[in-house]
Amino acid sequence: MDKSKMLRTVTAIATMFFATQGFAAGGGVLWEAEIEPGNIASLQRGARNFMNYCSGCHSAQYVRYNTIGKHLELSEEQLIENLMFNADKTFEPIRAAMPSEDAARWYGTAPPDLSLMARARGADHIYTFLKGFYVDPDSPTGVDNVRLPGTSMPHVLWELQGYQEAVFAEHTEDDVTTYTFEHFEPITSGSMDEEDYDNFVRDTVNFLVFIAEPIRSDRRVIGTWVIIYLIVFFVIAAMLKKQIWKDVK
Amino acid sequence: MARIEAEVGKPQGGFMKWIDDRFPLTETMKAHATEYYASKNFNWWYIFGVLATVVLVIQLVTGIFLTMNYKPAAADAFASVEYIMRDVEWGWLIRYMHSTGASFFFIVVYLHMFRAMLYGSYKKPRELIWIIGMLIFFVLMAEGFAGYLLPWGQMSYWGAQVIISLFGAIPWVGDSIVEFIRGDYSISDITLNRFFALHVIVLPLALIALVFVHIVALHHVGSNNPDGIEIKDHKGPDGVPLDGVPFHPHHTSKDLVGIIVFLMLFTGVVFFAPEMGGLFLEHANFEPANMTATPEHIAPVWYYTPYYAILRAVPDKLWGFILFAIAVLLPLFLPWLDRCRVRSIRYRGWMYKTALTIFVISFISLGYLGLKPAEHIYVILARIFSFLYFMFFLLMPYYTSIDKTKPVPDRVT
Repeated sequence: MDKSKMLRTVTAIATMFFATQGFAAGGGVLWEAEIEPGNIASLQRGARNFMNYCSGCHSAQYVRYNTIGKHLELSEEQLIENLMFNADKTFEPIRAAMPSEDAARWYGTAPPDLSLMARARGADHIYTFLKGFYVDPDSPTGVDNVRLPGTSMPHVLWELQGYQEAVFAEHTEDDVTTYTFEHFEPITSGSMDEEDYDNFVRDTVNFLVFIAEPIRSDRRVIGTWVIIYLIVFFVIAAMLKKQIWKDVK
Repeated sequence: MARIEAEVGKPQGGFMKWIDDRFPLTETMKAHATEYYASKNFNWWYIFGVLATVVLVIQLVTGIFLTMNYKPAAADAFASVEYIMRDVEWGWLIRYMHSTGASFFFIVVYLHMFRAMLYGSYKKPRELIWIIGMLIFFVLMAEGFAGYLLPWGQMSYWGAQVIISLFGAIPWVGDSIVEFIRGDYSISDITLNRFFALHVIVLPLALIALVFVHIVALHHVGSNNPDGIEIKDHKGPDGVPLDGVPFHPHHTSKDLVGIIVFLMLFTGVVFFAPEMGGLFLEHANFEPANMTATPEHIAPVWYYTPYYAILRAVPDKLWGFILFAIAVLLPLFLPWLDRCRVRSIRYRGWMYKTALTIFVISFISLGYLGLKPAEHIYVILARIFSFLYFMFFLLMPYYTSIDKTKPVPDRVT
């Protein structure tokens, strides 16, 4: 078979596999997180945000503090002083301060472990969720969310973002009314302006993506060397093959 | 019996002779490598058998290392996989190689089977090679299915739930069979434990045994080639097929080039896209199995989806299951469904070429549709392509017997 045919076959197969599978859908609204996975400063800020605002209720039970230290260029002292509010030894995993039995009783459902949330739901999902709280007097927590309607999580970042109201567009077709999210209108302002809060959420999401797969950046570096090795090996093997086949007509 | 050397009296021996007197080592190497002749005109479609062996070895070796840290218990399985991914030295690499290897196994095997359809490799006298190969494929499907439960994620759990419950469609004994497979009233710790046993012992043993027999049968008959003619019909005075070259060093050196290209693609996925956008490692499987929360959309892994789409295309549960089973089993009968006297597609007429093209399009489309929710247009399309899939096989005795063929050359081209 000639090469162009082979190439076409390979392309067809590749196209089949690149038809990617989506994450489980949420409330329809989804904004791009635009994180910078290689930005250590952003990851460090994200770690700080996580420990201060998330780890009270959420665990990250598969993540050890020293893994964070190693990848985010933090010394043992820095870890202990700045991030470890709920652990003594750096090899301990991130546990939530709140016992999950109590949490389940208080909120109706235990706050999920966040070790793998970014891989399960995607960075954009978390980003949209953390920016998507709006005031809803009918909800027991006083808020609802455009990404995960009916969430039992309260708006823990209200001090930073302030409270906002959601404006929905109403469509009625065949007596069925649907609501589509249009935009937010601030009610109270928080300690951060919109841009600062946006960056705060982005750093936090960046950190969650990192803890979901700490090896991610390393594997790309190793993978590059592996491919380079294989290219060299390919040249040698191709020469060997040519030599062995030179008498075959 | 050891052959008597021609030059009697010459000091003989050494290590190889000592071995050969006790075990046919040199004889075996000659029979299966240095004096096993395969056609010199193999194209790259002939690489996939070797690649399947390479993937099998990758899966066996990485699998052994995974079992050293994996815990087959409902309470520990998910955490032990994350332990491998994060705390075991190079555990992430071993795990990604294994998960990527599973998908590549099917890619390679599907292409290997397609090669047989292109060049009529299943036709007389190679029917048994084909049947053994199909048995390998069935065992591989079971192996992949059992392995997919082990990470104990949401998709592991619910995928297994859906597929096992299919057997419930069988009249009278369905529910008992389902219970027998699960060993429980739902998928549980017990199911996980037995699937582990199947995945690491029973099925790999069957796989290795079948692969061995597959190769023995192949080397007995000799490989087919892209022209679909017998190279054994034209032998030189030394008894060597004129169009054959020894498997070693000729085909091995060529295969090595193919293996390296394969490894580039393989490591490309392992290091740069191990999830493959949710196809090789599904997003929902990063959440631990939860029997109280059903994921919104349950789909099996991509390599089962062509058959899954056929299953869902049928509105009736029992008939869906029957057609699903027939779809999987039908290729077994190819050697007898195909009535054409010519093996290779190079010398076949337009009918088989058209039929094969439609078959490939249908199979890939069904694979895509099986990943999608079963609604609206997807169901209609799945029905059309399922129909075409079955027609390819069922009409084959007819169109292959009336198809006009081209003259087949005497020697390979």
